Amino acid sequence: MLLCSGRVREPGCHGVVLEAHLGMTIAEKILSAKSGKTSVSPGEIVEAFPDLVMSHTATWRSASVMQRIGATKLYDPNRLAIVLDHISPAKTEKYAADQQTSRNFARNNGVTKFYDVDAGIAHLVLMEAGHVLPGDLIVGTDSHCTIYGSLGALGTGIGYTEVTSVWITGKLWLKVPESIRFILEGRFPAGVYSKDLMLHLIGKLGADGCNYKSVEFYGGAVPDLSISERMTMTNLAMEMGVKCAFFPPDEKTAEYLKGRLEDPSRYRPVLADADVNYEQDIRVDISQLEPMVACPHEVENTKPVGEVTGTHIDQVFLGSCANAKYEDLVVAAGILKGRHIHPGVRMIVTPGSKKIMLEAMNSGVLQTLMESGALVTNPGCGACAGDGGTLADGEVCLSTANRNFIGRMGSNKSQIYLSSPATLAASAIEGVIADPREYVK
Amino acid sequence: MESSIEGRVYKFGDNINSDIIIPGRYLIYIDRERLGQHAFEMLGEGFPDKLRGFDILVAGRNFGCGSAREQAATAIQGLGIKAVVAASFARTFYRNAINDGLPIVESPELYAAVQEGDEIRIDLEAGKIHHAGKEYSFPKMPESVRKILELGGLANYLKTQLQP
Repeated sequence: MLLCSGRVREPGCHGVVLEAHLGMTIAEKILSAKSGKTSVSPGEIVEAFPDLVMSHTATWRSASVMQRIGATKLYDPNRLAIVLDHISPAKTEKYAADQQTSRNFARNNGVTKFYDVDAGIAHLVLMEAGHVLPGDLIVGTDSHCTIYGSLGALGTGIGYTEVTSVWITGKLWLKVPESIRFILEGRFPAGVYSKDLMLHLIGKLGADGCNYKSVEFYGGAVPDLSISERMTMTNLAMEMGVKCAFFPPDEKTAEYLKGRLEDPSRYRPVLADADVNYEQDIRVDISQLEPMVACPHEVENTKPVGEVTGTHIDQVFLGSCANAKYEDLVVAAGILKGRHIHPGVRMIVTPGSKKIMLEAMNSGVLQTLMESGALVTNPGCGACAGDGGTLADGEVCLSTANRNFIGRMGSNKSQIYLSSPATLAASAIEGVIADPREYVK
Repeated sequence: MESSIEGRVYKFGDNINSDIIIPGRYLIYIDRERLGQHAFEMLGEGFPDKLRGFDILVAGRNFGCGSAREQAATAIQGLGIKAVVAASFARTFYRNAINDGLPIVESPELYAAVQEGDEIRIDLEAGKIHHAGKEYSFPKMPESVRKILELGGLANYLKTQLQP
């Protein structure tokens, strides 16, 4: 049975219960509910009404489009969420003016889901605040909106003009994607994490291996994966080109959202039907995986850590929406406790959100990181988005972020490698890329 | 937007990401000219100026992958580029190009055939690309998408919807 959880009545969505329809994936069920249809098929284009429109530092751009075209009325201010996460706090007058525009826009339009520069990375902030529910359709000015699928929501990125359009009209066209099913079996060996699994998959399938597709994760390994690990995976799935990625909501999802929801009755998991025809099944025995590293300058350029150990590094960055959650900081601190980073390396830690930072402060994790030689910054996107931690010509950074594109962190003659927080911590100690399994036996 | 677009081709390979097209540090701009000045500069070696003598970009698989930044499409237009043909596009770039009024066409066949500096003509209405005496077909765009392109992008389209 499919439930429609829209807050206002939209075409075809007048009751709460739509006809049950066999053989639909999670993406198909969400897109049909949000477009007021009883069923949809891959390739079909629907006009869908998102539950939430996220805009981050790009908000001023959407606001300027609204002003330019002379629009004044929002479809529903309660569906907007604004988080100032990139380049925060402002580092130049231009950024300050843009953030002022965003702040004023939120205030003048009654946007209550507004989070200023202290809050952290939009994706993590919105999930922590209970604004992301299973079955929701969420669009936003960020490609990594796919992360909302960690809680069973359909999240996908759009540009700032299209955000303006959804602000005004409440809807957008979306093509119903084909779906791919990943079946994960086994348990991660010590020193191997969800980041390694995703780097493995991106390396195997390529940067467009799942272009336009929806992916769903199943298998015996899934119940044991924490919400934090699921966030890393649905976030990194973007680097295979996905439109959206899902973990079907389960007990862990319910537990994570407990106490976070304004209206707990809106918790209505949307699951795929049993008789779905997936375009492809991809099986992975995660107990066979090794720590993986993505080498410059593409995420698909992955290698087992053993092939790059000894590579010189100048900086490590523990941050980003991929891997700066509390669990990630705990993993790094567990390796760094009682040790010091290599004198040739600088370590930047940017907690994903204020809540994460507070938790890490209270538990002593921040102290461990700082005593080991790390610089801890304010929460936000930080160096991943080019804010601080800029790389000079010839410098090499090992980062827990999701992108290592040329020049992303500074000079186009610098290099970025990507890894798990554990590989990062081990490498910070040794001053070269190192195998974390030596530290977590 | 003209229905027929012709000119000289510059050719890229696969996976040209939107950080390459326009680095994050320039997202403080939204106007074509200023973005165009920095388009592709991460590639060094005379970029972006060397692109100014070309009219159409042709690329391999997954053009525009990575960040959802709309300015990737704006920056390409800032260089005076009139269209992009690729073997395939990343989905956010595809949407952003339409919404920014930049015509885009998928044609792996043309990508395989064309060389840098070649002249091609794209007929959007007929769904054909003409190159070296040969024709390459591509699926015609839905009417709604053509309408957005004709008006120069989604902002202009929205404006027409607002008028009584």
